[in-house]
Amino acid sequence: MRGSWCFMQIKVNEKNHTFEENTSVGAVRDRIKADADLLIVNGFPASEEIPLQNGDRVILIRRGEIPGADELDALLTARHTPGVHEVIKGSTIGIAGVGGLGSAIAIALTRTGVGHLIIADFDIVEPSNLNRQQFFLDQIGLPKVYALRDTLSRINPNVRVTACHLRLTPTNITEVLGHAQVLVEAFDLAEQKVMLIETFAARFPDRPIVTGSGMAGYGPANTVQTQQVANNLYLCGDGSTAAAPGTGLMAPRVGVAAHHQANAVLRLLLGQNPTSEKE
Amino acid sequence: MEIIFNGKPRETQDSISVQEFLNQLQLDCMQVVVEHNRSIIARQRLDETLLNHGDTLEVIHFVGGG
Repeated sequence: MRGSWCFMQIKVNEKNHTFEENTSVGAVRDRIKADADLLIVNGFPASEEIPLQNGDRVILIRRGEIPGADELDALLTARHTPGVHEVIKGSTIGIAGVGGLGSAIAIALTRTGVGHLIIADFDIVEPSNLNRQQFFLDQIGLPKVYALRDTLSRINPNVRVTACHLRLTPTNITEVLGHAQVLVEAFDLAEQKVMLIETFAARFPDRPIVTGSGMAGYGPANTVQTQQVANNLYLCGDGSTAAAPGTGLMAPRVGVAAHHQANAVLRLLLGQNPTSEKE
Repeated sequence: MEIIFNGKPRETQDSISVQEFLNQLQLDCMQVVVEHNRSIIARQRLDETLLNHGDTLEVIHFVGGG
């Protein structure tokens, strides 16, 4: 007897469709977007003869075509692990400082599709920043938060960015970053890192903070780690290599630490422990 | 008395404040975050916060760069 299972529900470019059992991804392409030349099934490129199963997610892309706003979310996240985007697009993340760490973290989280980023920094883009920070020659002289906001909107206009061009102090941190469910510490100076963490933790003791310490120089990337150093404090870095005369800050290792931080944020949003596989 | 300092048992005198404990270790308070019994404490409270037997104290040292 043939029951309801001879049909299957498939999401194509984030819209629900019903197809007969064993329909191939190529047949779906022919019916919904015949000019698509990139087929993605459950986050992974697929060849057209692949038969689909109930619940599969299919993304059909025409290379070179700029999608409409409604389709963009689905297409930007086509290579995500399914289910991730729904969780993180409702999230608000605060990033304090958008230099080498913060600019790279903001870009990673924007590509991941977080809903709302609050970025705060008093600084201006200078030529000496370009060895490691995610800015461009034509942005020299602009406040970093505004330059970064422009860059982020070119990647993913669906991410809401609140850009605060100001110096964070104990008196304004609660107001500026109060909506952040996870705080990213991305300052340069050790004293400022400590001030931010103490202030935020005093007001919001239950919210996680992801901090960076020890990413100068060109020592092994493998010494940069994510550690839980306090109840709600995760530290990314080697913990000891300071920026100092003779030990500069450079794009590779700063980038490693920044992406440790971004990954820790993503894991926290998904309810995972940033430092281990255990939930 | 004994406290747990950065995960390890450590002997210290009775009724000592967190600030005095940090001073004995010659730690720069401007570059450390202090967690006392799983709560981060602000530097204004380091002086008034007294350590008791069995307390846990984590001192996280920060270096510059970002």
